[in-house]
Amino acid sequence: MGVLSFLFSSSIGRKLVMAVTGVSLIAFLVVHCAINACVFFMDGGATFNAAAEFMAHNLFIRLAEVGLIGGLLIHIVQGLSLTLNNMKKRNNKYGSSPKRTNSTWYSRSMGLLGTILLLFLVMHLKDFWIVSRFDAQGGLTESKTLYHFMLEVFTNPVPVTLYVLGCISLAYHLLHGFQSAFQTFGLNHPILTPMIKTLGAAFSIIVPLVFASIPVVIHLGLIK
Amino acid sequence: MKHSMKVNLQVWRQKNTQAQGNFENYSVETNPDMSFLEMFDVLNEQLIHDGKEPVAFDHDCREGICGMCSMVINGNPHGPKQAITTCQLHMRSFNDGDTIVVEPWRANAFPVIKDLSVNRSSFDRIIASGGFVSVNTGNAVDANNILIPKDIADEAFEAATCIGCGACVSACINASAMLFVGAKVTQLSLLPQGQSERQSRVVAMVNQMDAEGFGACTNTGACSAECPKGIPLSVISTLNREYTKAKLNGI
Repeated sequence: MGVLSFLFSSSIGRKLVMAVTGVSLIAFLVVHCAINACVFFMDGGATFNAAAEFMAHNLFIRLAEVGLIGGLLIHIVQGLSLTLNNMKKRNNKYGSSPKRTNSTWYSRSMGLLGTILLLFLVMHLKDFWIVSRFDAQGGLTESKTLYHFMLEVFTNPVPVTLYVLGCISLAYHLLHGFQSAFQTFGLNHPILTPMIKTLGAAFSIIVPLVFASIPVVIHLGLIK
Repeated sequence: MKHSMKVNLQVWRQKNTQAQGNFENYSVETNPDMSFLEMFDVLNEQLIHDGKEPVAFDHDCREGICGMCSMVINGNPHGPKQAITTCQLHMRSFNDGDTIVVEPWRANAFPVIKDLSVNRSSFDRIIASGGFVSVNTGNAVDANNILIPKDIADEAFEAATCIGCGACVSACINASAMLFVGAKVTQLSLLPQGQSERQSRVVAMVNQMDAEGFGACTNTGACSAECPKGIPLSVISTLNREYTKAKLNGI
């Protein structure tokens, strides 16, 4: 460790870890979103299944997946520990509720949004990832592809609602997290920062919107 | 123009650091031209007259440059107006009959001494941990011997306008002191004087900041929004950069 021990001990080092893992997760979302969007080819899931098949069996992807899970776990553990620590820094709370115009509610609620996302993730991984990676529930077959599996899950309105709520949490988590990561990297520039904020806002709306649209569209029977 | 007004106050009273505090209700006859602190002077005159303990509150210059005044007014440090200190807030910013809640900065790193007065020595210890700045001794050097470009001088000055009042800590959901430390580190790292200590200084100051029990920054921006001097959030970004560079250099 030595030189890098500050990443897990100092306040700035710890948020640097949040930013680095956060940006890696953002990069992952781009890939995930692109593959999901394949369902809109309206080809009965052929493109989507091919992409999912590639992701499940390509060695490089599987190795990257290990890194992804590692990064995700660090993001979760460090995030929870930072949030719990920060909550202990003001034992006597304010009596008057401040006029919260000084910051956005979602920037103050990253721990809460992250926890909702964690719960969502447990459900989501159980629903799809376990099925596609391990041969649980009989596994995937020629006649029952990941696409068919998805159509089946989203016939039920309960998962559809939960997935939409998960995507809303993701949108707000990203809305703060995207630009915050660059601030943590030490990048604050009169021209670049407004560009990062705009890009971050666009990303935070578009990506969760694409994700959320899929269960809704499937549930409404618009793609089969 | 009506020249007198009455406000109802809910003021935090706390005997000492250990004591359990509570809000007390007062009613004060004031006028719109009084500053918020002058209104408190009136309240204290009234309390002394009635044989009660006056409210302890910090104040010094009363012109917005010393950083002593420190009241959270209706939930906002230094009150509802932007970019001013409590002493620069006037009663005309309130309406006749308003109820105003006044409490101290709240953070574990700023323990209450009494009533509205808090101990901000943790800030002094952070400054002290920054150490010295190397300068040549001997005869006074020519004023323009060290050239500093105007834009750098301006940026350093903007950071140097921090008066160390602690409003950033009081506003932050995490009670983080990074805007304060960021302002100091930015100012010193921009100027040619003190470059020798640049890296050791930032590491020492951040270590002290963490040891004092301030929270970690989550970039909400509340500190900068509430700062009476409008210190920009970019100083925290500079702090992150300076600190990370120093740590990667093994400092």
